Amino acid sequence: MTALAAGRSARTRRRILVTAILAALVIALFLLTLVLGNRVYGLPEVLGVIAGQDVSGASFTVGRLRLPRAIIATLIGVALGLAGTLFQTMLRNPLASPDILGVGYGSSAAAIVAIGFFGAQGATVAVVAVVAGMAVALLLYALSWRQGVQGARLVLIGIAIGAVLVAVIQWVLTRIEVYKAAEALRWLSGSLGSALWGDVPPLAISLLVLVPAAAVLARRLGVLQLGDDTAAALGVRPHRTRLLLLVVAVGLVAVATAAAGPVAFVAFLSGPIAGRLLPGTALLLPAALVGAVLVLAADLVGGNLLFTTFPVGVVTGAVGAPYLLWLIARSNRTGGRL
Amino acid sequence: MTISRSLTTDRVTVGYEDRVVVEDLTMAIPAGRISVIVGANACGKSTLLRAMARLLAPRSGAVLLDGRSIAEQPTREVAKILGLLPQTPVAPDGIAVADLVARGRYPHRSFLRPWTTADEAAVTEALTMTDVLDLADRPVDELSGGQRQRVWIAMALAQGTDVLLLDEPTTFLDVAHQIEILDLLTDLNRQRGTTIVMVLHDLNLAARYADELFAVQGGRLHSHGAPADVVTAATVREVFGMESRIVVDEVSNTPLVLPIGRHHSSERRLPDQRDV
Repeated sequence: MTALAAGRSARTRRRILVTAILAALVIALFLLTLVLGNRVYGLPEVLGVIAGQDVSGASFTVGRLRLPRAIIATLIGVALGLAGTLFQTMLRNPLASPDILGVGYGSSAAAIVAIGFFGAQGATVAVVAVVAGMAVALLLYALSWRQGVQGARLVLIGIAIGAVLVAVIQWVLTRIEVYKAAEALRWLSGSLGSALWGDVPPLAISLLVLVPAAAVLARRLGVLQLGDDTAAALGVRPHRTRLLLLVVAVGLVAVATAAAGPVAFVAFLSGPIAGRLLPGTALLLPAALVGAVLVLAADLVGGNLLFTTFPVGVVTGAVGAPYLLWLIARSNRTGGRL
Repeated sequence: MTISRSLTTDRVTVGYEDRVVVEDLTMAIPAGRISVIVGANACGKSTLLRAMARLLAPRSGAVLLDGRSIAEQPTREVAKILGLLPQTPVAPDGIAVADLVARGRYPHRSFLRPWTTADEAAVTEALTMTDVLDLADRPVDELSGGQRQRVWIAMALAQGTDVLLLDEPTTFLDVAHQIEILDLLTDLNRQRGTTIVMVLHDLNLAARYADELFAVQGGRLHSHGAPADVVTAATVREVFGMESRIVVDEVSNTPLVLPIGRHHSSERRLPDQRDV
């Protein structure tokens, strides 16, 4: 074996090890979500329910309530982790995550309008959220276009669009009836509390399309990381590739937002955490797993371990905000490079 | 020896938005030689190189690779023939040298074709030739400027192209590392027959290393040919707007430009009358 291959296989081993640990963590948290709750069931009972047996009590609580919740938590974690990493990598900027750029706010604002003014529910809200997320992303891309799209400009314009959309959300909330506002607010805080089996198929089917698409684009993303000029020289068209990546990433954010509302900062945190664990490698798979770990863990903490229950988005927000502050403080020190 | 490739520009006009930077420029890059493009700041030399690498589409005219317009050939196929090292490539955080160089193999791979022994051999050869094999497992962001530039050249070499374009490959390097990079590129040209086209700032180094020198002025080709023919006091005046004296570089027997600034004209160089 050459020295080159030896070094690479050492890196591959580390990658496999870390990925396996993350996957094990996802499974452990998934099972814990099924076990814990107002009533705690034992692992054998939980596994029995998963295997399709009829376990008195557990079949309803675990099978009907906790299982869809755990599945949705895992799937939106994967979606948000992938989406955030796609954004951050293709724009070469840790701040360029969809929840900072207002793409998520686009979905939220449209969903709130649909809930508040048109009495929309369920699948309609989801479709509206997806379409609006896409529209905001395309608007953002168009406004940032000036001989190509540059990371820092896109971040600033994205923050501005986000601010406008937050204003829209606030305005709608002051206008609609109180009971609708309560529903809208619950949706806005990013919650898995109302997750049911019916929410699983649209999310799962969307991911069956979007995750392979992300995998196919991964190698081009790795080349795009080297700068637009290098990518073009290697035969990757930077703008076209970025547009494809954007469509996939926004699709992922939008379907996740449609399923559970905007779960704050998961997209923003997953990539950087995966990058810390595995510096200098392709991050999509580990980041997807980190996303699932974050959502599952936040939902467990918010649902069981605190003095009162919190929606999942509140917990992830409380973790993500300090990291955002740290990132901004650091970029001040590095001369304002975003 | 590689097949000789022809790279020419045919009356190319290139610009950004409403500004024309390169105008109606026709040039032929000699195959298997080292060509250097020189000119004053903002004369359009980098823009010209970017157009040759198909990073900018010409407004009129065409860049021809092997006689066919580069814009009409599939970009991945072009990437197997023509490589480019841009002025400021970006290394992803924490990436290992070997992994970065491996990305140069992108045009030779596909989704269903995994890493092959040919890819491995190309990367090993590129690392060996640029003398960074020992650094293969080190993160790129820990390297010195000179080492990092050699790694980027290794990536371009791993791409395995017959033509290599480089946009100011020696910027930010001290003089010893500049020479090291230029020697390396000369080795590459001699050993592999790779056609090299680069933009250089330093006219004296350009005169030393170029087989063919292209002087660009105001977006047009001012003159071209062997350095000894191109580098004259008149050319330097017209291209750089500077007075100079040309002497023979005793080390390489090429022209050496001695710039004449306002404070160092020979009339004022009396022993007891230094600059005040």
